[in-house]
Amino acid sequence: MNALKSHLLRLAPQIVVLIAVVLLISLAFPDFLTLQMQNGRIYGSLIDVLNRGAPVALLAIGMTIVIATRGIDLSVGAVMAICGAVAAASITSGHSLVYTLALALAVGMLCGLWNGILVAVLDIQPIIATLVLMVAGRGIAQLITEGAILTFNDAGLIFIGSGSFLGLPMPVVIWLVFGIAITLLVRRTALGMLVEALGINRRASTLSGVSTGVLLIAAYILSGLCAAIAGIIAAADIKGADANNAGLWLELDAILAVVVGGNSLLGGRFSIAASLLGAMIIQAINTGILLSGFPPEFNLIIKAAIIVLILVVQSPRVRDLLAWFGRSASREAAVKQEVK
Amino acid sequence: MNPRYVPLAATVAIFLAAYALCFLQYPNMLSTRVIGNLLTDNAFLGIAAVGMTFVILSGGIDLSIGSVIAFTGVFIAVVLENTGLHPLVVFVLALGIATLFGGLMGAIIHHLEMPPFIVTLAGMFLARGMAFVLSIDSVPIKHPFYAVMKGFYYRLPGGGRITLIGGLMLLVFVVGILIAHRTRFGANVYALGGGAQTARLMGVPVARTTIEIYALSGFLAGLSGIVFSLYTSAGYSLSAVGVELDAIAAVVIGGTLLTGGSGFVGGTLIGILIMGLIQTYITFDGSLSSWWTKILIGLLLFGFILLQKGFLYLSKNKRRFA
Repeated sequence: MNALKSHLLRLAPQIVVLIAVVLLISLAFPDFLTLQMQNGRIYGSLIDVLNRGAPVALLAIGMTIVIATRGIDLSVGAVMAICGAVAAASITSGHSLVYTLALALAVGMLCGLWNGILVAVLDIQPIIATLVLMVAGRGIAQLITEGAILTFNDAGLIFIGSGSFLGLPMPVVIWLVFGIAITLLVRRTALGMLVEALGINRRASTLSGVSTGVLLIAAYILSGLCAAIAGIIAAADIKGADANNAGLWLELDAILAVVVGGNSLLGGRFSIAASLLGAMIIQAINTGILLSGFPPEFNLIIKAAIIVLILVVQSPRVRDLLAWFGRSASREAAVKQEVK
Repeated sequence: MNPRYVPLAATVAIFLAAYALCFLQYPNMLSTRVIGNLLTDNAFLGIAAVGMTFVILSGGIDLSIGSVIAFTGVFIAVVLENTGLHPLVVFVLALGIATLFGGLMGAIIHHLEMPPFIVTLAGMFLARGMAFVLSIDSVPIKHPFYAVMKGFYYRLPGGGRITLIGGLMLLVFVVGILIAHRTRFGANVYALGGGAQTARLMGVPVARTTIEIYALSGFLAGLSGIVFSLYTSAGYSLSAVGVELDAIAAVVIGGTLLTGGSGFVGGTLIGILIMGLIQTYITFDGSLSSWWTKILIGLLLFGFILLQKGFLYLSKNKRRFA
């Protein structure tokens, strides 16, 4: 019970912000909260937020783990484009759906393996290591689609983008299931703790017997896998692979989602659930701006404002200042600082 | 040879070898027309890359320059369209805004102790958003002064032209080299890249230098925006997307260490020219698709990072056994 409470406490700021955003929008647009059942599917703006936010939510899962290792993965947008292109090319050349999906996921993991080797084995800074694939990746995707937008009309593949399961759109089901699966994987085993140890001090965890190299590579492979799933969804959604625009700048949105989720960019403790809430906050704001009739351009300014706000809150200096003001209230923190 | 010069030497050697290969296949590649165009076409990227070189030398990164270029372009176009101000006045205004913007990011990076990556990411969103707010359409610039400025060029023998913007890029590189190697500010930048803690102990004014570095990068991004608006005669908020990545690539290919503290502004010029050369070759060839540019630049980037790693590894081993 105590564990659940501390979990909820960790997620409280994100939950409060998400509820506040949704309430704010629904005050202006009461329709925002209505949900309807039609043809066995639920329709409504809230479902739309969950659906549109699927790619960023998926990317945020992998990005959370990578950032927890004190890394960053800039290539996820490009990997999305590559995997979307691979899926489209494979399905149009007559391969089966299972083969196509397996191929696209394998390619995504291969991209992750490449990033992981650069970071873990060659010891290149993550920003730069993943920049290589970010620059070259779109070129590779265009090579696969031969510069055109590859369209397909395979019902199975399209189902992933616009089908529904238990009344929910397929993309929502996918990111929910995948998010829960990865959370269970890292929290029900020691993996999550090892990742946090690696992010806080790689050398110390190597010395205490953690195979940090393998763990780092695995983190980037997971990120690649997430990007592959997101890429397949994005391609299935528009029934075509657009090498130029698929996943464009989504790496930044994914990083933003992780940061909004309260995860430190300096590695260490992480929460996948918080990142997913972060992704939904971003998407809710996006949808809210579209509904309110403000030009969508304001999105970027609001995103910038959010980042600055979080920066100020997360800043060590501001935290010290707050600690100074709240010293009498929380004697523990003061004692801790003295021990340091 | 001083090991500091190895990455730079490799860059120059690759450039010369690549140019020789291109020349063997297409003798016209050596004409002054091609060289003049190489300078003109890459002028805005080159100017922005000088700022990026300083930022990377100090161990930071600036993701906002592409957006600042777009914002400057839109700002100039919108102000020229709606007021009777002379372009030169507008240029000064635009440069002032861009410099302030960069300085503000530098101040946030230093005083809030946040990674430059995320601060300049916010700057990137903000500048692009402001550009969108000013205008979402491509705004043409029809001021007669623009035609006058485009008329300035130096004719090389063989029909090539060093245009105003191409010349300006070379000038910015010369000034950049002088600042990096002949001023106290330049020395401070290198010291900061070597390690903030050591720099502080050496008496480098870390706060002022950090703010100045990002202000300089902002100023050069603004200048690059002016050049871009001269190059395209328009301001468009969706232009110059991803220029920051090209600039980072050029700096790395130019032999500057990404960890900061070692590199040359002059190397960045060669990096820009190598990237321009790849583009020119693909244009000459005609049958290669444009996406090969991205793949080749990615491969070059990878090659140079490996080279840097090998170089660092060797120098570390030497120290250990010495």
